[in-house]
Amino acid sequence: MPEPMLSLAGVNTHIAQYHILQGVDFEVPRGALTMLLGRNGAGKTTCLRTIMGLWRASAGSIRMDGREISRAATPDVAQLGVAYVPENMGIFAGLTVSENLRLAARSGEPDAGRLEWIFGLFPAMKTFWNALAGNLSGGQKQMLAIARAIVEPRRLLLVDEPTKGLAPSIIANMVEAFRELKRTDTTVLVVEQNFNFAKALGDTVAVMDSGRIVHTGRMDALAADSALQTKLLGLSLEAHQ
Amino acid sequence: MLARMLSGDFPRSRVLTAVLLAILIGLAFAPFIFPGTRSLNVAAKVAVFVLLVASYDLLLGYTGIVSFAHTMFFGIGGYGVGIAMVKMGAGWGALAIGAAAALTLSLAIALAIGLLSLRVRAIFFAMITLAVASFFQILASQLSPLTGGEDGITFRLPEPLQSRLAAYYLVFAVALALFLLLLRVVNSPFGRVLLSIRENEFRSEALGYRVVTYRTVANCLAALGATVAGILYAIWLRYTGPDTTLSFDIMIDILLMVVIGGMGTLYGSAVGATLFVVAQNYLQDLMKLASGAAKGLPLLPDLLHPDRWLLWLGLLFIVCVYYFPSGIVGRLRARGL
Repeated sequence: MPEPMLSLAGVNTHIAQYHILQGVDFEVPRGALTMLLGRNGAGKTTCLRTIMGLWRASAGSIRMDGREISRAATPDVAQLGVAYVPENMGIFAGLTVSENLRLAARSGEPDAGRLEWIFGLFPAMKTFWNALAGNLSGGQKQMLAIARAIVEPRRLLLVDEPTKGLAPSIIANMVEAFRELKRTDTTVLVVEQNFNFAKALGDTVAVMDSGRIVHTGRMDALAADSALQTKLLGLSLEAHQ
Repeated sequence: MLARMLSGDFPRSRVLTAVLLAILIGLAFAPFIFPGTRSLNVAAKVAVFVLLVASYDLLLGYTGIVSFAHTMFFGIGGYGVGIAMVKMGAGWGALAIGAAAALTLSLAIALAIGLLSLRVRAIFFAMITLAVASFFQILASQLSPLTGGEDGITFRLPEPLQSRLAAYYLVFAVALALFLLLLRVVNSPFGRVLLSIRENEFRSEALGYRVVTYRTVANCLAALGATVAGILYAIWLRYTGPDTTLSFDIMIDILLMVVIGGMGTLYGSAVGATLFVVAQNYLQDLMKLASGAAKGLPLLPDLLHPDRWLLWLGLLFIVCVYYFPSGIVGRLRARGL
């Protein structure tokens, strides 16, 4: 069995006096799209931020491609090839679309072929190339945030709630973009609340509750088991549809 | 050619283009258009302050760092040249050594301040720069055998710079060249990273940029810009002292110029510095005329008395902040004028 791209073992994170992650263990298989699900406040965003080094793990191990990164500074984690799309469309609103994308290209200029591929995924990026990112619609901002993360090939993509606050038509567009991304064998970890989105895209799944992983397995198996969904997430797919 | 010179950063406003051209032409031909010592003094001060304010905008407008040590670096430039000229004589060698020593000292201090304090929160950085600048001001005052104390130091320049015309064009050319260089810096990938840090440092870090490193480099570049401005001002005045370079009043003036012109636009520095320096020098004259014209009317002559010029300058500032929160340049660009 190949070594996972990312593995967390016994990860604890404290934020001020709060003990948020309480021994998180899971793996993100190489080349797969893993969904991290859970109720609000389960610790999903903290988990991504801890992987990125934005919160420091107080205990445990985070290994990226076999390398320990739990003590690494955020820029070092990013330079290992990890891209992070924070929730609420973490773009630079005061910069243009082109400046946002150029910032993420380490060489300063995105590769022309890659850019064309991104324009194919998100045509709005081409249309609004010179527009201020802050003036884009919510969906376009989310597209820009994802486009920025994939403007160069990454080894691991961390995406926090990409469908949050988006209209259904935009979500459908986002699903297509992620499907296209999956064809490139990029390893992706997505935090999500939208179960349909997770079901459509996820290869594997980890479910969090109260700062711990309470379930890991194949996404299709969870999607087929409404009793397990109800137990883990307090919903069934039928109820959610 | 022009695009390359401006690093592709055009004014993007017809009115702004006209204003900037007027400033450039006015400064380039100042000795011929505005003959007289006073007007040439104002033109030289405008050129120096455009550079000084632009270098401060690199910190405040582009990186989001509030520093109160900018006049300290301005002073280091002035004192570097002044002390070297007094101790070594009026030669090119002394000028070069003084300038090099000032630049080295500024770079070392900026690097130390940056590395030690740019990790902390913005307010602490501002406090640290305030403390260091105050310390330097006291030092300049106390080391009177070297710095001339409160009186400052007057010195002679090498022969070719004895001519006011030559000195003026040296000041103008260096200030213009460094302004264009700063324009290149802010429009480079480095400048883009600074803007991203100003907006959200965590997101910049998540993209792989070391925020402390970028901030420190910006701090050093701004300090070097201020030091060169100090050198130029000392060359122009043939004098340096606490009131002309180190004073906290100058720091406030710089802040006002950045805000009036528009933060995060180097063209705003040019507009803000010109407007402020011209107002500082000619507002009193204008008010004298207005006060004379209003003679016989109640209250108005008193309000327009030249001694009240600071009150009107303050009102001008309030009006600017109220109506142009993004500065004159920001407003002109937003309105597409």
